[in-house]
Amino acid sequence: MHSPEENSDQQPWKSFKGNSWKTSIDVRDFIQQNYSPYTDDDSFLTPATDRTKQLWIEISKLIEQERLKGVLDVSSEIGSSITAHKPGYINKNVELIVGLQTDAPLKRAIVPNGGLRMVEAGLEAYGFELNETVKEAFQRYRKDHNQGVFDVYSPDILACRRSGIITGLPDAYGRGRIVGDYRRVALYGVDFLIIDKKREKAELDSAAFSEDILRTREEMSEQIRALDELKQMAASYGFDIGRAATTAQEAVQWTYFGYLAAIKEQNGAAMSIGRISTFLDIYIQRDIDGGLLDESSAQELIDDLVIKLRIVRFLRTPEYDLLFSGDPAWVTEAIGGMGEDGRTLVTKNSFRFLNSLYNLGPAPEPNLTVLWSNAMPRGFKDFCSKVSIETSAIQYESDDLMREHWGDDYAIACCVSAMRIGKQMQFFGARCNLAKTMLYAINGGVDEKSSVKVVDGFEPITSEYLDYDEVIEKFEAMMDWLATTYIKALNAIHYMHDKYHYERIEMALHDRDILRTMACGIAGLSVAADSLSAIKHAKVRVLRDEQGLATDFAIEGDYPAYGNNDDRVDQIAVWLVETFMEKIRKHKTYRNSVPTQSVLTITSNVVYGKKTGNTPDGRRTGEPFAPGANAMNGRDAKGFIASGASVAKLPYDAALDGISWTATCTEGALGHTLSDQVSNLSNCVDVFCNAKGFHVNVNVLNRDTLLDAMEHPENYPQLTLRVSGYAVNFIKLTREQQLDVINRTFHLHF
Amino acid sequence: MTENTRVMPLGVITPACVDEQGRLSGFVHSFEMGSAVDGPGMRFVLFVSGCQFRCLYCHNPDTIKIHNGNMMSVNQIIEEIDEYASFLRFAGGLTISGGEPLMQAHFIREIIYLAKHDLHLHTALDTQGFLAAHLEDEWFDDIDLVLLDIKHIDPDKHLALTLQPLQPTLDFAHRLSNMGKKMWIRYVLVPGYTDAFDDVEKLANFISTLQGVERVEVLPFHKMGEHKWDELGYKYQLKAVSPPSPELVKRVIGQFSQRGLTVC
Repeated sequence: MHSPEENSDQQPWKSFKGNSWKTSIDVRDFIQQNYSPYTDDDSFLTPATDRTKQLWIEISKLIEQERLKGVLDVSSEIGSSITAHKPGYINKNVELIVGLQTDAPLKRAIVPNGGLRMVEAGLEAYGFELNETVKEAFQRYRKDHNQGVFDVYSPDILACRRSGIITGLPDAYGRGRIVGDYRRVALYGVDFLIIDKKREKAELDSAAFSEDILRTREEMSEQIRALDELKQMAASYGFDIGRAATTAQEAVQWTYFGYLAAIKEQNGAAMSIGRISTFLDIYIQRDIDGGLLDESSAQELIDDLVIKLRIVRFLRTPEYDLLFSGDPAWVTEAIGGMGEDGRTLVTKNSFRFLNSLYNLGPAPEPNLTVLWSNAMPRGFKDFCSKVSIETSAIQYESDDLMREHWGDDYAIACCVSAMRIGKQMQFFGARCNLAKTMLYAINGGVDEKSSVKVVDGFEPITSEYLDYDEVIEKFEAMMDWLATTYIKALNAIHYMHDKYHYERIEMALHDRDILRTMACGIAGLSVAADSLSAIKHAKVRVLRDEQGLATDFAIEGDYPAYGNNDDRVDQIAVWLVETFMEKIRKHKTYRNSVPTQSVLTITSNVVYGKKTGNTPDGRRTGEPFAPGANAMNGRDAKGFIASGASVAKLPYDAALDGISWTATCTEGALGHTLSDQVSNLSNCVDVFCNAKGFHVNVNVLNRDTLLDAMEHPENYPQLTLRVSGYAVNFIKLTREQQLDVINRTFHLHF
Repeated sequence: MTENTRVMPLGVITPACVDEQGRLSGFVHSFEMGSAVDGPGMRFVLFVSGCQFRCLYCHNPDTIKIHNGNMMSVNQIIEEIDEYASFLRFAGGLTISGGEPLMQAHFIREIIYLAKHDLHLHTALDTQGFLAAHLEDEWFDDIDLVLLDIKHIDPDKHLALTLQPLQPTLDFAHRLSNMGKKMWIRYVLVPGYTDAFDDVEKLANFISTLQGVERVEVLPFHKMGEHKWDELGYKYQLKAVSPPSPELVKRVIGQFSQRGLTVC
């Protein structure tokens, strides 16, 4: 195989070490052979240059206009593709890194392949109209993903969707959560990638043409076509990315072009960029060593890239926004961690990405995710803690847990889903509602809100007091039914998504043979665990309406609540996670994907709560669930450490798609001085990871600030805080979600 | 301050008590895991009940009477702490606060001994030192840090503020200094009561004479305990007092730091 190096007089790989990565695509090997671990502190960082400030001010003005209108503009005349739009700029003379999703900043594209209905609803909500030609094309000549799914859905799936026991299914929009290895574009150039894909495809020329092989061959042809379009798109901006990148600026630009192609064609629910900072550091360090770049210009490149990642936009419907509020795109960048050889993967560029939160001010995107290991250098840990305290914009995930499963070159899709880059993808499955499932068990499959019988063949509980063993038995049977229906829905969705809305460019940046997971999820864990605890440790009397439907519960006595490091209830939560995972594992999944689950809700805990009646733990109908794996609001009375200890008991092995915890405290609760606060926070994250905790969002906030921001959003354009697995712009949340955030446990004492 | 002032110690230490199983026990108001403002790092804070002071600004008046607490044995408490011992060993330690811990000196001596020797924790004692003259130097062996609360430096104003004399606290400060103990001095800043320029000067001068003072903590008065006074049926005399302004806090911090003291 010939390498990009031979075809170029520009020597893109000059002074790079190693051989294996030069002859076959292996970005990890390139990183391992060439990166420079950085173990010192943040003192080398530089502030924003005037150029960066000017560009950020220009785009900030547009962002403010967008906030007032909801959507600034839509390119409704054309269905988006990699090459659909001509080049767009914020300010061509000032930008170091170029490329926009459409021909103007914050102008949203339409992606009808996912579902024309969703596009129409999104346009209508913001006062735009769909172009007739696009409409005709999709109504008469081309079928979309959404139509495909509804052609095969069964009545039981539709009933679950309607009642809200399963919510957020990606059956009308892009499933997302696929992370292309965008670094390959920079390291190898697109020409080499095309040659390699052709080689991989040719290997299948003599295979028996089964359905699997045919699908793979068709997909690979699409991938090659997409790579060619990627090259064309970059050429329209004046760059030849057929060849490999030769400088740091090119490496950033090439990598971003790869990502840009993906977000032009897919409006996926989450569009992570991967794990690029340490990769790019190699190019930056080479240029610094060669005298081509200084620290300030290096920071400029990263700041410019981050500006681009902050203005990724998709056209959504108001219903979607209710579930995932704040206009998220989940441009997740995973930072730091340790290598398998014991060296840290922290580089100066890990710091530079975080430093953009100071240079440009806090923001929810990109979704900066620190892969935390107790072995990471203290200088980096303390810088992370300082950034958390001052911006509340980063999240932590245990590298020690994930590295065991996924090696040391994985990225995070969306919020908490780890996958080896370019070697693994997932079928996103949203989540089902465990608390409501328990109510179905009590009511024999009749919905407690609508009184409609959603599932046949189950008998309700008729006793006055709930008996723990009887509830468990019926609950397990109902979970079996739910898992069956849930997997049917997901198989249908992903079969059709592959068929009608295949991620050509993202998959072109994967190996041919990859691991696929079927990523299920659960919501309402703490409500279900507390309810079972109440039934077991106190007495729960059922209050029924005239039809005999259990609509309320009276608790006699006290019960231990989840979130206080009390095994009497924490082990019930563990049991719930393990039991539901077992039930999912029993089913055959599309494309032999490996079933996993997450305990994650993002902001949808509000909607899940709305759709669930009174529960035996004392929660009132409509009241929001706790987010992710959190304890119910206010019930974790023993403070942060005890609350985290409860969450850390949930086994990652039974929730390989991630377990999300959000901790919020006030500044003063972390210590008297900033240096005390920083060291205390670093120690707390250390202890949480030591205890096998998986993920924590850290918010250091002041309740009064949030209340004031509700009344005067114009004063807080960049107020950022973490919700389950994700950061949001506080002022973009619905009022209901804002109140939910404020009512969530504030740990006055840590 | 001479030895003579310690010949007749004031106040009384409560006799040791045991529970039904004969285990050494004491009265506990509450405990909290994860405080970051009661000593270095993250602390397990044990709040015992009972105090001889009647500070006008007390924010935990529910700890004043010893029998308001729940009786717990030393073993029960050590078990609670042990849950978090591995974390506390590297991230902080144990702080005993109150109330006034020295009122139950037998009880807390045992807790501190076990925390130090069995659990290997950093130990801190939050006290105003009023009863310290009853205790031998050895009593303090297993204490790594004393958070010494000086309520006021003027004897008359101290008496008015706390209903107890100042001198035992100052004696204790000197004694800790001589023993080579590490200290953090805590001073609650109450507008109109403890903020007079000259008083702060005098206090800062006094602290400057001590060895082993690592920090001075200026704690701005707050009213979060006010409702407790009402609930207990006590009369709260500081209803009209507001928390100190940031400027005032800055001025007072400046007075201490001018003398080379580390102030937080």
